[in-house]
Amino acid sequence: MATMDRDRDDPEARLASHDRPDEDEDEDVLIDEDEDDGYDDDDLIADDDGDDDDDDDDDAFDALEDTHFAPVIAEKDRKKPYEVDFAVISTQDMAAMQKREMAHVAGILGCSPQHAATLLRAFRWNKEQLIERYMESPEDVAASAGAILDSRKQPKPVRIPGFTCDICMMDDDGADGAGMETLALGCNHRYCVDCYIQYLTQKIVQEGESRQIQCPASKCTLVVDETTIEQLLDPPVVAKYKTLLLRTFVDDNNHKLRWCPAPNCEFAIECHVPPSGLSDVVPTVTCRCGHTFCFGCLLDDHQPCICSLVKLWLRKCKDDSETANWISANTKECSKCHSTIEKHGGCNHMTCRKCKFEFCWVCLGPWSEHGTQWYSCNRFDERNSVDARDSLAKSRSALQRYLHYYNRYANHEQSAKLDKQLHQKTEKKMEEMQNTSNLSWIEVQFLNKAVEVLLQSRMTLKWTYCFAYYLKRGNATDLFEDNQRDLEMAVEILSGLLENPVDPDKIAELKQAVLDKTVYVASRREVLLIDTSRGLLEGRWEYQYP
Amino acid sequence: MSAIFAKRLQRELRELQASPPVGIAVETVNDSLKQWSIRIDGPEETLYAGEQFHLQFRFPEAYPLESPEVIFLDPVPVHPHVYSNGHICLSILYDQWSPALTIQSVCLSIQSMLSSCTKKQPPPDNQRYLMTAHRSPKDTAWAFHDDKV
Repeated sequence: MATMDRDRDDPEARLASHDRPDEDEDEDVLIDEDEDDGYDDDDLIADDDGDDDDDDDDDAFDALEDTHFAPVIAEKDRKKPYEVDFAVISTQDMAAMQKREMAHVAGILGCSPQHAATLLRAFRWNKEQLIERYMESPEDVAASAGAILDSRKQPKPVRIPGFTCDICMMDDDGADGAGMETLALGCNHRYCVDCYIQYLTQKIVQEGESRQIQCPASKCTLVVDETTIEQLLDPPVVAKYKTLLLRTFVDDNNHKLRWCPAPNCEFAIECHVPPSGLSDVVPTVTCRCGHTFCFGCLLDDHQPCICSLVKLWLRKCKDDSETANWISANTKECSKCHSTIEKHGGCNHMTCRKCKFEFCWVCLGPWSEHGTQWYSCNRFDERNSVDARDSLAKSRSALQRYLHYYNRYANHEQSAKLDKQLHQKTEKKMEEMQNTSNLSWIEVQFLNKAVEVLLQSRMTLKWTYCFAYYLKRGNATDLFEDNQRDLEMAVEILSGLLENPVDPDKIAELKQAVLDKTVYVASRREVLLIDTSRGLLEGRWEYQYP
Repeated sequence: MSAIFAKRLQRELRELQASPPVGIAVETVNDSLKQWSIRIDGPEETLYAGEQFHLQFRFPEAYPLESPEVIFLDPVPVHPHVYSNGHICLSILYDQWSPALTIQSVCLSIQSMLSSCTKKQPPPDNQRYLMTAHRSPKDTAWAFHDDKV
C-alpha cells in the first residue's frame, strides 16, 4: 500500500514527459492525461454532475487553463469533513516525546530525568496529576512510586568483605565468591550483582516487565531505575527493556496514542479523538506501513459506520448470520413460546417440546380449533391462526431485513477479494502484453489506481449496509440510501470494466473509460462520506436497534 | 539450569537439617533436589496442636527467581486458606514471591497462617475451586483479599 501511495502521482508525471517524443503514436494517451486531470478537478469543484461522465470531456479539456488550478489545489489541500488529524509516531519520536516530558518534569521537580521517568510511569504519564500530588507531599509520592529523588544515591556496585547474598547464599569469603560485587537500592536490601543481573533478566525477558521491576526483597516496593538496569545488563536485554518501556508509554497514553495493529508494524498513531467523540466521527488513520484502520476500535477502516454500530453488527453477524439463513429457510416458530422448530417428518399436528402447545404446522393456529379434520387444514382464516401467522411474520421479517443487509455487506467483502484476484490476473496479462506488443509498463499502471479506488469504495459500501441496518427510516435515510445506490452502481460499472478482456489495440479506449470511472467512483465515495460525517456532527442520524 | 539453583538448594537443605525451626523438618529430598517434602507440626496452643502435616515443594529451573510450587499432601489441614486438594492461598507463593525468600521463610509463613486461624473451616468457595482447579496452584489466578488469617 505504501508503494502504491507513493506511485499514485508519479506515473502520470512520468507518463507526460515520457510520451511527448512520439506524440503521433500516443497522442490519445497524452490527451487522456490532461483530460483526466481536468476531469478530476472538474468533479471536485462541481462535486458531481450526474451519472454520465462521457459527454463533457472535450469541454473540460478546452476550458482548462492554468488559472483554474488554484482553487482546485486549495480544495485538494483542505481537510475533508470525514478526515481527522493524526500523526504517525515512530519509535524515535516516542523516545523523544518521553525525553521531553521527563526533562520538563525533572525541571519542575528538581530531580534527575530518570527519577522523573519513574515518577511519570507510576502516574501513567499524567504530568498534571503527578506535579499536583508531588507539590502536596514529595516524600509520599516518591515512596509510593518507588523512587529515590536524590540522584547522589544512585546505586553503585561495591565489594563488602564477609557479605552473604540472600538469593544465591554465596559468601564473600574467598573460596565461594572472591571479590563478590554487591548492589542495593535506596532501601539497602543488598544482593550480589550476579543475582541482580539474573533477577532483572528474568523479569524483563521471561515476564516482560519494565515499568515496575521492584527490589528483589520481599514486600519492598522500590523500583529499579533505568540507569541501574542499563549499567548491569547486556545490550540485547537493555534493548528489550527499552522496547517494553516504550510500550508502556503508548499503553499509558491510550487516549491519544495507539499502536498500529498491522503485524510487525512498529509505528504508533497519535490522534486526539476521545472515546466520547466516537459517536460523531469515524477516526480513520493510515499508518506509515500503509495499514488503514480506525483509531477508535483498531479495526480495519469502517467508514462511514461509527464504532459502536460496527461492534454491534460484528457481534450479530458472528452470532447468527449463517445459522439465521438456514433457520429462515427450514423452520417455523411455535406460535406460543416462539421456540424454533424444525419439522422433519410426521403429521401437521405439532406439539411444542418446550411449552406443550399443540398447533397446526400449516396455519400455525391452535390444534384445538381443528376439530376432527385432522390431516387437512382448512382453517386458514380463523382469528387465532391469523394472529399466530402475524407474529411469526413479524419475527421473520426482522430476520429478512437483517439478511438483506447482511447479504449485501458480505457480498462487497467477497467482491473486494475477487477484485483483488482480478487485479493480479490482469497484471499478469499486462506483463505478457508488454512482452508481445509495444506497450510500455507505464501505460498499464492506471489499473493500479483503479483497483485501489475500487477496493476502498467496496469497503465503504460494505459498511454503509451495516450503518443502514441501524438507521431509522426517514428522509435522511432515504438520501443516504440514494448516495449508497449511486456509489454502488458506479462501483459495479468500474468493476465490470476491469473484468473485460484487454485488447492491445483498444488499450487507449479502455484506459480512458477506466480513468473516468475511477475518478467518478472516488468522487461518489467522497460525496457519501462527506454527507454521512456531516450528518454525524449535526446529529441527523437516528438509530434503531432491532 | 540456573547457575545458582543447585548451590542454593543444597545450602538451604544443609541449614534446614542443621538447625531446623521448631515444628519443621525436612523429610525427603529427591536426587535432583527438585522435589522435597517437609513435615510441619501443628503449633502448640493452636487449633492444630498435635496434628502433623506434610508440604510438598517442587522447584522450577528458575528457582529462586521463580517461586516454588507448594501444596499440602494428605491429610490437608482444614483452614480457610487451604483448599481440600492441598492448594494454598498465600500471596508469597505466587505474585508476591521474592528471590530473597527461602524455604524456611515459606514454612514459617505457613506455620503462622495455621497459628492465627480461629475457626477450622474450609474456604467458602472450596467446592467450586475443586471443580475448576488446575493441577498446579501456580496456574490459578489468585485474589488475595484476606490478610487477617
